[in-house]
Amino acid sequence: MADPSSHVHGYPGRLFVFEGLDGSGKSTQARLLGKWLSSQGYRVFHTEWNSSELVSNIIRRGKKKGLLTPTTFSLLHATDFADRFERQILPPLRAGYLVVCDRYSYTAFVRDSARGCDSAWVRNIYDFAPSPDRTYYFRVPVAVTLRRKLASRLKISYYEAGMDLGLSDDITESYLKFQGRLKREYDRMVATDAFTVIDAERPVERIQMDLRLDLRPLLEDFPTGETLQHEG
Amino acid sequence: MKDRTYGTPLPGVSEEPLTGRLIVVEGADASGRSTEVEILREWLEIEGHPVVDTGLRRSTLVSEQIDRAKEGHTLGGATLALLYATDFADQLENKILPSLAAGSTVLADRYIYTLMARAVVRGASREWAQRLYAFALRPDLTLFLDARPEILMHRAISKYGSLDYWESGMDLSISSDRFESFLEYQTRLRHEFGWMEEPYGFRVIDANRRPDQVHRDVAEIVRPLFEAPPEKKRRSPVPATSRSRRAGSE
Repeated sequence: MADPSSHVHGYPGRLFVFEGLDGSGKSTQARLLGKWLSSQGYRVFHTEWNSSELVSNIIRRGKKKGLLTPTTFSLLHATDFADRFERQILPPLRAGYLVVCDRYSYTAFVRDSARGCDSAWVRNIYDFAPSPDRTYYFRVPVAVTLRRKLASRLKISYYEAGMDLGLSDDITESYLKFQGRLKREYDRMVATDAFTVIDAERPVERIQMDLRLDLRPLLEDFPTGETLQHEG
Repeated sequence: MKDRTYGTPLPGVSEEPLTGRLIVVEGADASGRSTEVEILREWLEIEGHPVVDTGLRRSTLVSEQIDRAKEGHTLGGATLALLYATDFADQLENKILPSLAAGSTVLADRYIYTLMARAVVRGASREWAQRLYAFALRPDLTLFLDARPEILMHRAISKYGSLDYWESGMDLSISSDRFESFLEYQTRLRHEFGWMEEPYGFRVIDANRRPDQVHRDVAEIVRPLFEAPPEKKRRSPVPATSRSRRAGSE
C-alpha cells in the first residue's frame, strides 16, 4: 500500500478522502493536512462536499411542497456530486494534484442506504468516481458527535436528524437513531472499501500527526509543484 | 412495487394497486411524437378514458434548473444525465404513479429511453444507464416512432426554420457544421434506440410516413389494450420482455 506507483485510479494525481459523521472532526483534519501538504511544496486541491446552492435551493423547495422522496433525494445529491466531480475533482487529479476530499461518494452510500435506497443501485450511480488512494474514516460514537454539536451551540438540521424518515418526533432522538444508522453503514464499509480507520476521539494534534506519518511514504516520489511547472 | 419496475424498488412509495395504464410514445424530435400524443389523447378521451399526459423536463422540482444549466452549456455528461434522472424520478413519483393509482391512462411523451440514449451518446455506458433507470415503472405499451435522420432534418427545418443546438448534439463537438452534427447525432441516438427495441419491448412504428398513417398503426396497437376491463388487463400487463414488432413497415 505504501508503493506510490500502485495507486488505483491511474490519474497522475492522488486522491485522499475524509469520511465520517458530522462532528467527527474530519473537516478540521482535512484542512490541517492540506496546509501541511502545501507547505511541503506539493500542489494541493482541497474540496468539500456540502450541499451546493443549486441542491439546497431545490431541497428547500421540495421540502416545503413535500415532494422529496428517498429516490429524488438520492439523485439530487448524485447530481451535485457529479457536478463537483467533473468540475473540481477530476481536472486537478488529471493535472497531478494532491486532491483532499472532505466527503466523497461514501457519504452518499451511507445516507442513501439509511433512507432505504437499494445499495447496488446507488453504487452504480457513483460508478464514475474512482476509488481513492486513501480513505480516512473518522470513527466516533454518535453520542460524542451530539455532545460536540450541543457544545458549539449548533442546531440539529432536519435532514441531518433524518426527520423525513419519521423515526421519532423528537429531533434529538431522531438524530441519534439516524446517525446511528449512518455509523453502522460506515462501519460496514471499513472492510469492503479499504477504509483507514481513525479513532476520532483522540486529541486533534495526535490524529494529525498520525495522518502525516501515514501519508509520507505515499508521497516519496511524488513531484512537487516546482518540478511540475519548470523543467530541469 | 419491485416487480412493476425494472428491478430496483422505490423506497417510501406506497403499494397501492395501479389500475391505470402507462403508454409511452418515444421518438426523436420531429418524429411526429407530440402530434401522435395529441391525437391519441383526443381519441382516448372521446372513448371515455381519463388521460394524464407527462413528458420530460416538466417536474416542478428541477426543470427550472435544467433550463438554466442548458443555457449555460456548462454541465458535464454525468451531471446532466443525473439531473434528468432526478427530474424523471420526481415526475414518476409525484405524477405518474398517483395518476395510475387513480385509474387514469398516463400518456408519456418520451420516457427513460430517450434519457438513456442521450446519456450513452454522451459517454455513459449502456449498463450504467440501464441500472440508473432500474427504478422506472415498466410501461404497458411503448411505441417507438422511428424515422430516418434525413427525414427528421427536413421536418425540423420546415418546422423551426433551423436546427436546434441540443437536437443537433452540438454540445458533443461532433462537427461545427450544424447540419452534419444533426445527422450524426440523430444517427447515434437511433442506434441506441435500436438496441433497446428488444429488451424493452418497443412496438416500432414507421414514422417516415404522414401523421394519419402513423396514427392508423398506433390505434391498431392501442385499441386491444382498452377492450378488456382494466382490472383484467392489470393482471397481465404487456411484459417488457415481449418481442418488438415492426408495425407498418411491410
